[in-house]
Amino acid sequence: MTPMIISVASGKGGTGKTTVATSLAWVLGSTAQLLDCDVEEPNCHVLMKPVLQESQPVAVPVPVVDANKCSLCGKCGEICRFSSIVVIGNQVLTFPEMCHGCGGCTLLCPENAITEGGRELGVIETGFAGPVEFVHGRLRVGEAMSPPLIRAVKHRINRHKIAILDAPPGASCPVIQTITGSDFIVMVTEPTPFGLHDLKIAVGAIEDLGIPLGVILNRSDIGDGEVHGFCSQKGIPLLAEIPHERRIAEGYARGNLLVDSTPQYVDTFLELFVTIRDLINGNRPHLEETKS
Amino acid sequence: MKELVIISGKGGTGKTSLTACFAFLAPNKVLADCDVDAADLHILVHPEIHHEEDFRGAAKAAIDREKCSQCQKCRETCRFGAINAELVVNPLSCEGCGVCVHVCSEQAVSLEEGLNGHWCISDTRFGPMVHASLFPGAENSGKLVALVRNQARDLARKKEIPLVLVDGAPGVGCPVISSLTGADRVLIVTEPTLSGLHDMERAMQLVRGFRIPAWVVINKCDINPEVADRIEQVALRNESKVIGRIPYDPEVIQSMVQRRCAVENGDSSASRAIRGIWERLAPDLLS
Repeated sequence: MTPMIISVASGKGGTGKTTVATSLAWVLGSTAQLLDCDVEEPNCHVLMKPVLQESQPVAVPVPVVDANKCSLCGKCGEICRFSSIVVIGNQVLTFPEMCHGCGGCTLLCPENAITEGGRELGVIETGFAGPVEFVHGRLRVGEAMSPPLIRAVKHRINRHKIAILDAPPGASCPVIQTITGSDFIVMVTEPTPFGLHDLKIAVGAIEDLGIPLGVILNRSDIGDGEVHGFCSQKGIPLLAEIPHERRIAEGYARGNLLVDSTPQYVDTFLELFVTIRDLINGNRPHLEETKS
Repeated sequence: MKELVIISGKGGTGKTSLTACFAFLAPNKVLADCDVDAADLHILVHPEIHHEEDFRGAAKAAIDREKCSQCQKCRETCRFGAINAELVVNPLSCEGCGVCVHVCSEQAVSLEEGLNGHWCISDTRFGPMVHASLFPGAENSGKLVALVRNQARDLARKKEIPLVLVDGAPGVGCPVISSLTGADRVLIVTEPTLSGLHDMERAMQLVRGFRIPAWVVINKCDINPEVADRIEQVALRNESKVIGRIPYDPEVIQSMVQRRCAVENGDSSASRAIRGIWERLAPDLLS
């Protein structure tokens, strides 16, 4: 099996990203690694019920000032773009929660008065859900900066497996942080005005990255037909449709995988993987052509 | 003036649909769409934009090839891996910290502020609205959220409007924190699924940190009554309260397809439940 990275994203929240990512990982079994990059609200573990073997805190470096060495020159405050360190009167104040961890103040302090401590962003937990290798990040509640934690989750990508990344909703920096470097992006949406609007925004972001993508239409029989229209106009392949079914919703509510509550979807997800693999292979020469 | 912020933790639980219903039911309010990277409220309230401004947030490093001596110092000190071996800046990785500007001995690096999005003030069929769109992939959603809220509050003060309704973002990160800072009331919309419960607990923990009173609405409450009861218990433990349950009702989607909010479409079960919730909220919000 060729290793690859497949991201599952959506634009709009609650369209079924986690449902798709977990079922795809489950049918691929030991060849798959599932990484939950929605670190603000990770949910893959609710459905996969992994046995977590390891937990590692992730921190961003923040300045610690040695008052004895500090000459109060104010250089640190001048260079900090994030207002996280400032000299006021005869003391240096730090605001570690604003710090991006660039290390500028530590590097440029003429007195070498600044060292680095850490602000905990959250934890990364790893383990196995049955045969599937499992990784997720959990952002500490109250922490605003998710991208560095997402980067840390992505450092755990197993290059020998099919890595499936569950992305956060939206289209801003946490999503880009997740999907950059993927071989393929599965967009999960629903056929509603909100679903379409947010799909368009997310597709705009992905087009800039030049990664091939396809759409899964969830609850495909509600709403209207405009997502179909958008996809065919844009030439975006429709990978699968999942009609609304009460028992799917009820299974999800109880924390069951889609392929468990409705086993006929095992074949759907196996076919989905084959389609993605073919699209990646078909797309590679095309991408190299457009890049050169 | 009071400001009610509607959040959810988990995405897709019905924040925007419910905000639009409150916008229809509240007599006098300013709307603010603070889900700036996937703003949808405009779809239901039909804004006519009468003021639009650029949003400039993140600065990005730019290297002047003429001045550059290729010493690689910028690349070596960049903690974000934003400068590659050919000394090209990747704007998606650049944090705009400016360390490269300071370490460059040739003054070849500068920070350039880019356009990150737009924000607007509009008239909608339910009153004034402040909304924004962040460019796909852009940073600084927290700053844009703060800007939208400030504009909405200013507008309310100027026009002596007693209520600001804020449609928030999913998650518990940067844009959500920014939408909660200084708010008066929070409403968390959740659904009775184990994921919805898990995410609501995290959102509630965040709200408690801000010491803002929170109400909870359980949407699609009949999907799993047992989880709905657990949500009630968790809310109580967190000094919060479930203020209403909305049954699953296909009419909600049908209204959305017609670009209307659910309470406009006659007497559906969801519509009745939402009107009941508003009646319970209104005395506190409008006092």
